[in-house]
Amino acid sequence: MRRREFITRTGRALAVAAVTGGTGLFFHDREKKVGEELVWRARDFAVPPDSKFPVVAMSRNKDHLTALRRALDAVGGIGRFVQRGEKVTIKPNIGWDRAPEQAADTNPILVGEMVRQCLAAGAREVVVTDVSCNDPRRCFLRSGIKAAAEEAGALVPLPNENDFVRADLSGRLLTVWPVLKHFLETDRLINMPITKQHSLTSCTIGMKNLYGILGGRRNQLHQEIDQSIVDLAAFCPPTLTVVDATHVLTRGGPQGGSLDDVAIHDSVICATDQVAADARAAQFLELVPDRVGHIRLAHRAGLGQIDYHAAGYQEIVG
Amino acid sequence: MTIKSVRNLRRISQVVFFLLFFWLILKTNFDVDLSPAAGAEITLPYPVSIALQFDPLVALATLLSSGTLYKGLLWSLLILIPTIFLGRFFCGWVCPLGSLNHWISEIPGERLQRKGKRKIESNRYKKYQRIKYYILFFFLAASVTGTLQVGLLDPLPLLARSLGTVVLPTTHTAAIGLLHWISSWGIAPLSYAAQHVYDGISLLLLSFRQVHFHAILTLAAFFALILIFNRVHTRFWCRAICPLGALLGIFSRFAIFGLEKDESTCDQCGLCLLSCQGGDNPDVGAAWRQPECQLCLNCQAVCPQGSLKFKFFPNLKAGADNPASTQKVDISRRKLVASVAGGLVLAPLLRSGDAFAANSDPLLIRPPGATAEDDFLARCIRCGQCMRVCPNNALHPTLFQAGLEGLWTPLLIPRIGYCEPTCTLCGQVCPTGAIEQLTMKQKVGDKETAPNRIGTAFIDRGRCLPWAMGRSCIVCEEWCPTSPKAVYLKEEITTDRQGNEVRLKRPYIDPDLCTGCGACEYACPVVDKPAVYVTAVGESRSATNQVLLQKGARK
Repeated sequence: MRRREFITRTGRALAVAAVTGGTGLFFHDREKKVGEELVWRARDFAVPPDSKFPVVAMSRNKDHLTALRRALDAVGGIGRFVQRGEKVTIKPNIGWDRAPEQAADTNPILVGEMVRQCLAAGAREVVVTDVSCNDPRRCFLRSGIKAAAEEAGALVPLPNENDFVRADLSGRLLTVWPVLKHFLETDRLINMPITKQHSLTSCTIGMKNLYGILGGRRNQLHQEIDQSIVDLAAFCPPTLTVVDATHVLTRGGPQGGSLDDVAIHDSVICATDQVAADARAAQFLELVPDRVGHIRLAHRAGLGQIDYHAAGYQEIVG
Repeated sequence: MTIKSVRNLRRISQVVFFLLFFWLILKTNFDVDLSPAAGAEITLPYPVSIALQFDPLVALATLLSSGTLYKGLLWSLLILIPTIFLGRFFCGWVCPLGSLNHWISEIPGERLQRKGKRKIESNRYKKYQRIKYYILFFFLAASVTGTLQVGLLDPLPLLARSLGTVVLPTTHTAAIGLLHWISSWGIAPLSYAAQHVYDGISLLLLSFRQVHFHAILTLAAFFALILIFNRVHTRFWCRAICPLGALLGIFSRFAIFGLEKDESTCDQCGLCLLSCQGGDNPDVGAAWRQPECQLCLNCQAVCPQGSLKFKFFPNLKAGADNPASTQKVDISRRKLVASVAGGLVLAPLLRSGDAFAANSDPLLIRPPGATAEDDFLARCIRCGQCMRVCPNNALHPTLFQAGLEGLWTPLLIPRIGYCEPTCTLCGQVCPTGAIEQLTMKQKVGDKETAPNRIGTAFIDRGRCLPWAMGRSCIVCEEWCPTSPKAVYLKEEITTDRQGNEVRLKRPYIDPDLCTGCGACEYACPVVDKPAVYVTAVGESRSATNQVLLQKGARK
C-alpha cells in the first residue's frame, strides 16, 4: 500500500465517520420545533344597545319571509347590524341529515332571506356554514340550506378539516379548542338557530347552536354542558340572533325525524340579546326559562337578560 | 390505414379506457356538486359501476353462483360476443389493469436489455401460462357450489378495489402530509404554492374527507405484487393468472380473425417475438397460439419484412418451416378435472369451518340491504365500490371477520363511521346485487314497514359515563336517528364518592326500535372502546341471527 492510498482511504473513512457522529450529536436531545400557531381570542360581535329598539322582537305570520322581515325591522332593521363592505358569517343549524319539514335544521327560506338582507345592506361577502354532526355534504344538501343560501348569493363552504383554527375560549371550563375559521375571520356573526327539544339541556336554541362553531371532540362537552354553553356564548356573542320557530321540534330532538314531533308556530324571533332570545323561544317548548340550566347560568354570568319582558320585548302578530 | 396507425389506435384505446375506468372510480363518490331538491333522496348522477357490469367473468360466475344475471350484467355480452369472432381484443385494447400491466412491463430495464437467445426465449410462450385456465375452472366450479371467489382475481373488481381503497386514500394522506411538511418550513411563497398545488390535486382526485380503510395493507401488497411481476415477465398477470383473460381465451376458440404468417418472406429477425405482449409465439417457426394473443398488433407493426398480417379468415395451416397455428387452449384434461374437483369441494370445505354459520363474528355488520350471508357470498365480487361511495367511511374490507371465504367483502365499522339512515348509496353502486338497492322508505321504514336493520346496539355499563362514572352524557340518545329514539333515558338517583346524591339520565336501548346504524357507537365519547356498541344480531337479512322472538317473524 502506498502512502497516498493509505491517506486518501483512511481520510475518506474518517470523513464519513465524522459526518455520522456529527449528525448524531447535532440532533441529540433536541426539542422538536413546533410551529407557532395562531391562537384566536374571544370576539364580541354584539352591537351596542339602543334604547329605541326592543331587545327581542317576535313576529308570527304564515308567510315566514314576512315574519322574518317584521321581526328584523322591529329590532332596527338590517342596517343596524351590517354595514357596507363588511363580511358577514351566518350560522344556521345544519347539524343533521334531515329534510326542512323535519325541523332538525334551520328553515332554508329564512336563511336565504337573511343572506339577501345582508347583501342588500352592502355586505361584501356572506358566508353560510356550520360544523355538522352527520356528514356535512348530506346535511347541507338535504336541509336545503346550501341551495337556498347559494341562490341568495352566499358562499357555502363545507367545514373542511384544514379550515379549523385554534382559539382560546378562556372560559371557566373550555380553554383551547379548534374553531372553524369562518366564524372568526369575519366582521359580523349572525346566529340562526332552530328551536328544538334536547334531552340534556331541555332545549337547544341560540347559545347551544354555537356548539356548531367547534371542531374536535365536542361530545365530551355534555359532561358539563351548561357551563360549556355559557363559555361559548361568552366567547363570541353574535351580532344578531335570529331564532327559527316556524317549525319547532318538541320531541326526539335534536335530530328528530318524525313529523309527529314537529309543532308549527310560524314565528321568527330577532334579538340583540342571546339570553333573552333563548328565554323567549324556550316557551315554544313549554319550558320556564328560569328552570333551564344554561339559560339561567348565562343570565347569572351577565351575558343577557333572562326576563326578556323587562329587557324590552315586542310581539308582532299577523 | 397502415398497421402503425392501427397500433396507435390501440394505444389511444388503452389510454381512453383506463381513464374512463379511473374516472368512474373517482365519481363513485358522494359528490357535493349535485343539488337535489331539499330533502329528496340522494342518488348518484352517473352509473358508476357500469364498467364492472361489462365484465363477462362477473356475469358468468354470479350466474353460476346465484342463478341470476343482475341488473346491467347483460352488458358483458358486448365484450363476450365480439371475442368469439375476434379473440382477446379486450385484454389488449380495453382492460385497464391489462393496460397498466402493459405500461409497467414496457418501462426500460434489465429484462429488455438482454441479448441474443436469452432475449428471444424470454418472451416465448411458457407452460406457466396454463395456470390461468386452471384458476378459472377452479373458481367457476366453486361458484357452482355457491362461493364466489372470482372477484379476488378478476381484473376489473381487483383494479376498482385497489384504486378505491388503496391508491386514492393513500394519495390523500400523502398529499396532506406533504402539504403540512412544506408549510412547516415557514417560507410563505412555498406554503402558498403548496396550498394551491394541493387544492388542484384535491379538486381532481381527493374526496371531501380523508378516509381510512381496514386491512389496507393486505390489499396494497396484493396489488403491488401484481404490478411488480410485470418487471419479471411481460404482463405476467395477464399471461399466467388472470381468470378473465382465460375465459376470453377459451372463447377465442372459434375466432375468424387472427395472425397469418408468410414464411417465404420471413428472415427470422425475431423482432415480433420481442414485442409480443401475450406470449403467443408470433414468429415463424413456432406455433402461434390464438388464446394467448391479446391483439396488440405489435408483431405486425414491427415486422420489417411484412411477413405477419392480422386478417379475417387467416391461413393457420403449417408450412415447411412453420408449424400450424392453434386455436385450442393448451391445458391438460387431467389437471382441468383436478381444478374443477378442487373448486367443487371449496364451498363445503369453507363452510365446514366455523366462520360461516357456527361461530360468525358478532362484529360482522354488513351494509344495509346486504342479502343473507350465503347469497351475499354468492354475489359479492369485492370491487369495493360500496366502501368508496359510503359518505361516512363506514364500510371496510374485511380481513378475517367473515372467515377467509369472505376476505375483503364489506364490513361496517361503526367506530369509524355509522350508517347514515337516509343514505342508500351502497346499494345503488353494487354491481351484483349483493347489496340490494333499497329505497329510502325501505331503509328507514314507516308505520307499516319495518326499517332495514343491520344489527343491535348494546350498552356497556362498565364504561358508560352515567352508568359507571356518575357523569352526565346522553350523546348516544342525542345521535339516535330513529323516531321514537331507540336509545331512551331514565332519570336515576345515585351517590357520588362522597355520598352526595346525584341525579343522572342513564341510557337504555329499545331493541324493537334499534336498527343497528351505529350512530351511538360513533358518537360515544369513550373513544377507544365505546360504551355503546353494535353487533350484527337482529340484522334483517338473517333468519337466524336474531335476539327477539317477534323481530325474526315480523321481518
